[in-house]
Amino acid sequence: MNERLVMLREIQELEFAAIELNLFLDTHPQERAALRDFYAVRNKLVEAVRRYEEIYGPLTVTGCTPKTQQWPWIKGPWPWDIEYE
Amino acid sequence: MWMYEKKLQYPVRVFRNDIGMAKFLMAQYGGPDSELSAGVRYLTQRYTMPTDKAKGLLTDIGTEELAHWEILATMIYKLVKGVPVQQLREAGLGAHFAQHDRAVYPADAAGAPWTAAYIQATGDPITDLHEDLAAEQKARTTYEHLIQLTDDPGIKDTLRFLREREVVHFQRFGEALNDIQEILNQKNIY
Repeated sequence: MNERLVMLREIQELEFAAIELNLFLDTHPQERAALRDFYAVRNKLVEAVRRYEEIYGPLTVTGCTPKTQQWPWIKGPWPWDIEYE
Repeated sequence: MWMYEKKLQYPVRVFRNDIGMAKFLMAQYGGPDSELSAGVRYLTQRYTMPTDKAKGLLTDIGTEELAHWEILATMIYKLVKGVPVQQLREAGLGAHFAQHDRAVYPADAAGAPWTAAYIQATGDPITDLHEDLAAEQKARTTYEHLIQLTDDPGIKDTLRFLREREVVHFQRFGEALNDIQEILNQKNIY
C-alpha cells in the first residue's frame, strides 16, 4: 500500500475512534474512562492530520498553508477518486 | 455550519466484478431508509429537541449519516465508472443511464426519486426518537439484504462497516430517549 494511503488509513482509524467516543459521550457526558480515551485519541488524530497535510495538502480548508503559490485545496484526488487498496 | 473534510469515513474498495450491485446500492443512497433520509431526518429533528444532549446527538449522528451517504455515492460511482453502455444495460442500469447517464442521482433501487415524504419531524421528541430507532433498524435490515446480494469482498467489507454503525446509532438513540423520558416524567405534578 502506498504511503499516502497508509497515512490516510491511520487518520480514518483515529477519527473513527474519535467519532465513536464522541457519540458515546453525548449520552454519557461524565464517563471518565471515555473522556480520557477521547482526549488521547484526539491528540493522536491532530498529530496524524498535521503530518499528512504537511506532505499531501489540506484535509480541511484550515489546513491550507501559504507555502505554495497555488491554492492547494482543489488539488486531487478528491475522496471518491482515490483508488483504495 | 459544516466544513468539508477531504476524506471518506471508511475506504471504498470495488473490484468491478458486480456492476448490477450499483442499482441495489441505490436503496441506501436514495431510498426510504437511506443514508440521505437519515441525515435529513436527524438534522431536521434536532431543532425541537428539549435537551442539549439530544441536540448534540442528533447533530453528530446526522453529520455521520452524510459521511455514509458519501460512501454509498462513491461505491455506486466506482461501480459504473467507465463501464460501456451495453454492459450497464445488461446489468439492469439501462433506465438509469437513459435519465442520468452515470450521475449518482438520489433515487431508490427501483428508480423512484428521493422524497422528504420518507421522513417525519413531529416536534415531539418522544415520537421523533422512536422514528429514529425504527429508521436505524430498517437501515440495518437493508444492509443485511445488500450484503447477501453481492460476492464482491470490497463492497461486502464497506457494507459491514455501515451496518455496524446502524447498530451503534440505535443504541445511542435509545439512551437519548430514556434520558428525555426520565426528565419529562420528573416534571409531572399531579
